[in-house]
Amino acid sequence: MKISQKDVENVARLARLTLESENLQVMTSQMDAILGYVDKLNELDTDGIEPMAHAVPMSNAFRQDEIQPAIGIERALQNAPAFGDNCFKVPKVIE
Amino acid sequence: MKFHDLTIQEMRQKLISGELTSVELTQACLERIKATDDRLNAFITVCEEEALTAAAAADQQLAAGNAMLLTGIPVAVKDIFNTLDVRTTCGSKILDNYISPYDATAIVKLREQGAIIVGKLNMDEFAMGSSNENSAAGAVHNPWDTERVPGGSSGGSAAAVAAGQVVAALGTDTGGSVRQPASHCGVVGLKPTYGRVSRYGVVAFASSLDQVGPLAGNVEDCALMLGVVAGYDPADSTSVDCPVPDYLENLKEGVAGKKIGLPKEYFIDGLDSDIKQAVAAAIETYHQLGAEIVEVSLPHTDYSVASYYLIAMAEASSNLARFDGVRFGIRQDAGEGLIGMYQQTRTAGFGDEVKRRIMLGTYALSSGYYDAYYLKAQKVRTLIRQDFHDVFEQVDLLLTPVAPTPAFKIGAMVNNPLQMYLSDIFTIPTNLAGTCAMSLPCGFSGEGLPIGLQLIGKPFAEAEMLQAAYAFEQATDWNKRVPEL
Repeated sequence: MKISQKDVENVARLARLTLESENLQVMTSQMDAILGYVDKLNELDTDGIEPMAHAVPMSNAFRQDEIQPAIGIERALQNAPAFGDNCFKVPKVIE
Repeated sequence: MKFHDLTIQEMRQKLISGELTSVELTQACLERIKATDDRLNAFITVCEEEALTAAAAADQQLAAGNAMLLTGIPVAVKDIFNTLDVRTTCGSKILDNYISPYDATAIVKLREQGAIIVGKLNMDEFAMGSSNENSAAGAVHNPWDTERVPGGSSGGSAAAVAAGQVVAALGTDTGGSVRQPASHCGVVGLKPTYGRVSRYGVVAFASSLDQVGPLAGNVEDCALMLGVVAGYDPADSTSVDCPVPDYLENLKEGVAGKKIGLPKEYFIDGLDSDIKQAVAAAIETYHQLGAEIVEVSLPHTDYSVASYYLIAMAEASSNLARFDGVRFGIRQDAGEGLIGMYQQTRTAGFGDEVKRRIMLGTYALSSGYYDAYYLKAQKVRTLIRQDFHDVFEQVDLLLTPVAPTPAFKIGAMVNNPLQMYLSDIFTIPTNLAGTCAMSLPCGFSGEGLPIGLQLIGKPFAEAEMLQAAYAFEQATDWNKRVPEL
């Protein structure tokens, strides 16, 4: 086994997902199969090979620090499940 | 009236000459959608009112002699593009109620050229899938055989063009999501070089791989659509600032004297025999058109699926962290605090495939596994790009199949995600390398299902690739066949 049910539960917690026991079993076996497959990358010696983050070789893209038109508060909030006083509302964070 | 067999250029001539109005054309398009979409489910949202208003405005522009490239022509876009004041669901329950507050750059460009956007096309949830079965709006059906998948993730885009619901559409291609459905539905689909088209306003799946691409019924229309959406955009810092050529200008150049490579790793034992035959016939056509055919090697091909899925899932897990029930989309809150709200929202909002990829991506990026999975995959990606770099020193283009089999039956692979991933073997490497590629019709299987041919071009050599595609299309008539609906 590449991954245990306990590992999967831990990853679900990190990913902010809840898996019921039945789904947890299916997820564990599917993740195990996929992780088993991707192990084939270890057949390749990649010592000294630079990792590739992007298809186009480019460094940071800078622009002038100038004020530009933005989307506006009303537009930014139009899809919010809850808002008020020009802010997004979330459940209480600190008790 | 029946206009669904016209090309963009034919529509344009009729609109300019006054033989046809945009309102008539748009009405016919909406009627075609109504008459066929109960069998296809290609559309998630049809924008009837907005389209007819835009068509009336286009008719005024046409009457004033101000015809742009797409003035008055109805098109549709994958439901991954933000379209101002229209719902953008990305095929997900989590964005069921999301109304775009702005237009994606590709949409701005379509509108600037006068296109009428008639609706938003079905897709695999967050573009994750190869069959368009993973959509909160339900599976899309292939117009050639409605019991089969159209391919994915831009399955709605391919099915809509194949069925003549629209003359052209936009999709996105992260690992083949334009080319594979184009192949399965018998239309032309192009994935531009990474950086050729702005991704601004396109809901992100895997940012280092995603690219916007057009689908159309023929090569010329596809070239026109690419020209409309291509170009640098300051709002997407990964778009590349290099001039956009006129893709139509030298389209008839031909392929005489061009060197076309056949990567031997793509002609494997598991390849469906009808596909093998159709691609062999296409190779012979290119030979007769004067191209030189040579065998080449992309030695790391066999590692591309593993490298791709690790990178795509890692990037997806990061990109999809934004769907947390705070700023947009649905919220589920059972009163168990902020973290509880995140968990309930995401658990209720995401489908199985998206959850699986978020989980694998989170795992691959997590402490202790990052080097073994994500970093390793990025190093292998370097080797895969180097393969393409080396091979393009020897040849101008590559020719391969698009998919190892024609469209499969709906439901055939739902319980085997790994098998589904492996079906992307021929399209994934170009996304990893960042180069351009396209699918064009090259035959039919014994069961009457379309087969696609893939051309892979050098980075930013879309014009040359389109010339080769055009030459093939002129020499054959596969794109002229249409499904009976």
